[in-house]
Amino acid sequence: MTAPAIRMQGLKKNFGVSEIIRGVDLDIHRGERHAIIGPNGAGKSTLFHLISARLPVTSGIIELKGENVIGLKPFEINRKGLSRSFQITNIFHNLSVFENLRCAVLWSLGYRYSFWHRLAGLKDARLRADAVMEDIGLTSRRDTPAGILSYAEQRALEIGITIASGADVILLDEPTAGMSRSETDDAVALIRRVTEGKTLVMVEHDMGVVFGLADRVSVLVYGQIIATDAPAAIRCNAAVQEAYLGTGTHAGHGHE
Amino acid sequence: MSFVFSRGRLLLWGACLALAVALPLVLKSGFMLSLLCQIGIMVVFALSYNMLLGQTGLLSFGHAVYYGMGAFITMHTLNMIGKDGSPLVVALLPLVGGLAGLLAGVVLGWVTTKKAGTTFAMISLGIGELVAACALMFPGFFGGEGGISGNRVVGKGSLLGFTWGPQVEMYGLIVAWAFVATIAMFALTQTPLGRMANAVRDNPERAEFVGYDTQRVRYLMLILSGFFAGIAGGLTALNYEIVTAETLNAHTSGVVLLMTFVGGIGFFYGPIIGAILVSVMQIVIGGMTHAWLLYFGLFFLFMVLMAPGGIASVIAMQRNLWQAGLFGRMVPHYLAATVPILVLMAGLVGLIEMSYALLAGEGVGAGDTATRVMGMQLQLASMEPWAIALATTAAGVLLTRWIGGRTGVAWNSALSTLHGDKS
Amino acid sequence: MEFVVISLLNGITYGLLLFMLSSGLTLIFSMMGILNFAHASFYMLGAYFAYQISTWVGFWPGLLVAPLMVGVVGALIERYGLRRAHRFGHVAELLFTFGLAFLVEEIVHLIWGNVAVDYRIPAELDGTLFTLFDTDFPIYKGFMMLISVGMLVALYALLTRTRIGLIIQAALTKPDMVEALGHNVPRIFMLVFGGGTALAGLAGVIGGNAFITEPGMAAAVGSIVFVVVVVGGLGSLGGAFVASLLIGCIQTFSVGLTISVTDVFALIGIVLPEGSQVARLTITQLAPVLPYMLMVAILIFRPRGLMGARES
Repeated sequence: MTAPAIRMQGLKKNFGVSEIIRGVDLDIHRGERHAIIGPNGAGKSTLFHLISARLPVTSGIIELKGENVIGLKPFEINRKGLSRSFQITNIFHNLSVFENLRCAVLWSLGYRYSFWHRLAGLKDARLRADAVMEDIGLTSRRDTPAGILSYAEQRALEIGITIASGADVILLDEPTAGMSRSETDDAVALIRRVTEGKTLVMVEHDMGVVFGLADRVSVLVYGQIIATDAPAAIRCNAAVQEAYLGTGTHAGHGHE
Repeated sequence: MSFVFSRGRLLLWGACLALAVALPLVLKSGFMLSLLCQIGIMVVFALSYNMLLGQTGLLSFGHAVYYGMGAFITMHTLNMIGKDGSPLVVALLPLVGGLAGLLAGVVLGWVTTKKAGTTFAMISLGIGELVAACALMFPGFFGGEGGISGNRVVGKGSLLGFTWGPQVEMYGLIVAWAFVATIAMFALTQTPLGRMANAVRDNPERAEFVGYDTQRVRYLMLILSGFFAGIAGGLTALNYEIVTAETLNAHTSGVVLLMTFVGGIGFFYGPIIGAILVSVMQIVIGGMTHAWLLYFGLFFLFMVLMAPGGIASVIAMQRNLWQAGLFGRMVPHYLAATVPILVLMAGLVGLIEMSYALLAGEGVGAGDTATRVMGMQLQLASMEPWAIALATTAAGVLLTRWIGGRTGVAWNSALSTLHGDKS
Repeated sequence: MEFVVISLLNGITYGLLLFMLSSGLTLIFSMMGILNFAHASFYMLGAYFAYQISTWVGFWPGLLVAPLMVGVVGALIERYGLRRAHRFGHVAELLFTFGLAFLVEEIVHLIWGNVAVDYRIPAELDGTLFTLFDTDFPIYKGFMMLISVGMLVALYALLTRTRIGLIIQAALTKPDMVEALGHNVPRIFMLVFGGGTALAGLAGVIGGNAFITEPGMAAAVGSIVFVVVVVGGLGSLGGAFVASLLIGCIQTFSVGLTISVTDVFALIGIVLPEGSQVARLTITQLAPVLPYMLMVAILIFRPRGLMGARES
């Protein structure tokens, strides 16, 4: 029995006196697509920040593929095969689309801090970046500075940077936030395609996306997981319905 | 070379090298030759500075430390080899300077690159002051007020006929080193580290989430930048045959920042333009007026407010307009805009020069009698010249607002056409 | 004992002066995110303005007028220069203030010449306040303390008791929120910048004649003020206060200590090899570098600074 892709036990996070994450226990199985849903302010993004070490953990355990990752720096966790995207687009604005993607693959291909390799001669980096660019449909924008792409294109690039390194655990934070219906459909198809055979955890408000993509769904309410189950079961879970009816259902434009 | 350059680039670089070699054939005077030497050294220094500011986003106020350490170690090594040396060894000495700069980067950069952004700027200033203060504390090594001097002509022999004694030979050596260093620094921008430095500059957080330790990237870039600054320092030591504590103080750090920024930090060749321009201004305008630093300060502020991308970005913009066929329609506006600028400059220069003559008491006694200002006999005690200068300045301001506004409108419409074409 | 008390008094005087500079710098930085490289230039302007006024109408009018003039100059520079540079980002802002420092120094050169001007302590403050173990403590030092402390109390009252002060305080921790609440942030910025520079100007008025009024004074004080801000922790007024006093005392104590580095190491049981240049140095000779060494030590062992909250 292999260890789960991500295991969280008794995970807590306080900001000052206020508890944001109040003891989360959750196993993400290898190869599953797992969605985390919940009302605004439930702590979904915070949970991602804890897993990816953007924020320090107050107490509890996080294991990545059976290995303790508490106290590691973001880049160390990334090197262990976990990659994440951001709710607010987080790309290299002055670099071209291609350069963005090439930057994202350099470490995983072992070029580290090399100043003796010539970038243009790194065929593997180029091919990988081109392949990802094809995947996310930005080939025609290859040499455009990322900063002047349209919003949907930037979101696609955000996902592209996240998956480019070939990490096998992918965290997507509201990948379809702010997208139109048709853009969302494209994004879902893209995510389904590029996370084939990988572990995917995503925070998502759009229930269409959640029920279309996820194998399992966890519901986070006030810093605690109140239910984890298959989408169909979650839909008729009484506790979930109560949590949602109490605070209203959520469209895709919420922020935390 | 072709592993670094495309064919077009190779041609461009070849042309630059040919120009650099040919220049002393035309500009034969000793004055011009020493200006060319100064430019060559500053090109390397400014390019090394831009590895930090332009490529990694690190604004340093203490870059002269690496330059100065390179200069001092080179000078000490030169004096150590003394009579036993050969011209070949002397020709390689800038490498020693580079290693000294690199070592200084390893030690000091470990502290400074713990931080980025504004904090880095302050710490680099503090470290710069620390080293400058130490330089005055250890006269044995730094030579105190007088600095240390040496003689670049060593031994008896020559290297292919070069002894480095005549200034023109020294110029050749500077060109050779500057060319090699420039190629190396350009090549560095085309490596994984160089590209990740850009990534760290743009978005350090994202760089961490694609597996890079941003602190390590900054540290490595600073070390390498120190290496090239050290080479420039080594060349300075050989060129002037004297190194003083001023080489590594805040003033020198400030000058390299100014020239790099004015040239343009967003383009590889920007600092080259800046180094040439500032060196020429320093010597040409500095020779004409004592107020040249004031003019330079005004020019710098003007650039910060009007063209923060530096001269290189202005050139790049014109090239874009040219390629889009829009340059032609801007030409009349440029010509029209020169008129108010010239009027404004004439007024300002008049005011500044007269103030200088009056207050700094140059020329014939301050204030009461006729004083020569820019070749004109002026009665500074009377109101007349002041009134004329003030009126000219005021006219310049009004004209600039009027014509400058119209140029701005034309410029914006050209830009929007340009961007409209693109997307 | 005598040495300790006198040095302590001198150190506190100097430290308070440093705080008048570092508090303005910190306020400007916290509010606007601008590290005002030219901050010490306003200190210099204060001294020169006061000198000029004192040659016309005496010291006392200058004490009031010179800081106000500096504040107005500061506010105008913010309004017509910095605000434009702001559009191009923080590096452009920092470079603008850097160019400004450069320009101010040249203008001072132009107007008042290259050497120190004769800016004197007024006759009524020239004398001994009290004598402590044979050492005279000058009235003027006491006056400096009085002004600095008075200024601090006024600043504290302004920040905690007035509406604008509360907005400024709120902006220290939550600048976006204050903007979102619809306050006229640009005007507050102009006020803070003008106020901060006026504070620096006042420091110049009372410091210029106690120390020296010359074109190099901005550069000399400027880097020390930066050290104070880094040591105290970027954006922390309390930290700037502690660090100002600390560095003030370090500088005055070290200037008075004639023991050598060898002696210091001997105290903690380390014997340095004789004859090296380092071993022969006295603490007095080391005085100029001590603040910077403290900064390096802080950066290594406590990167946030003494009381800093922000990690940047």
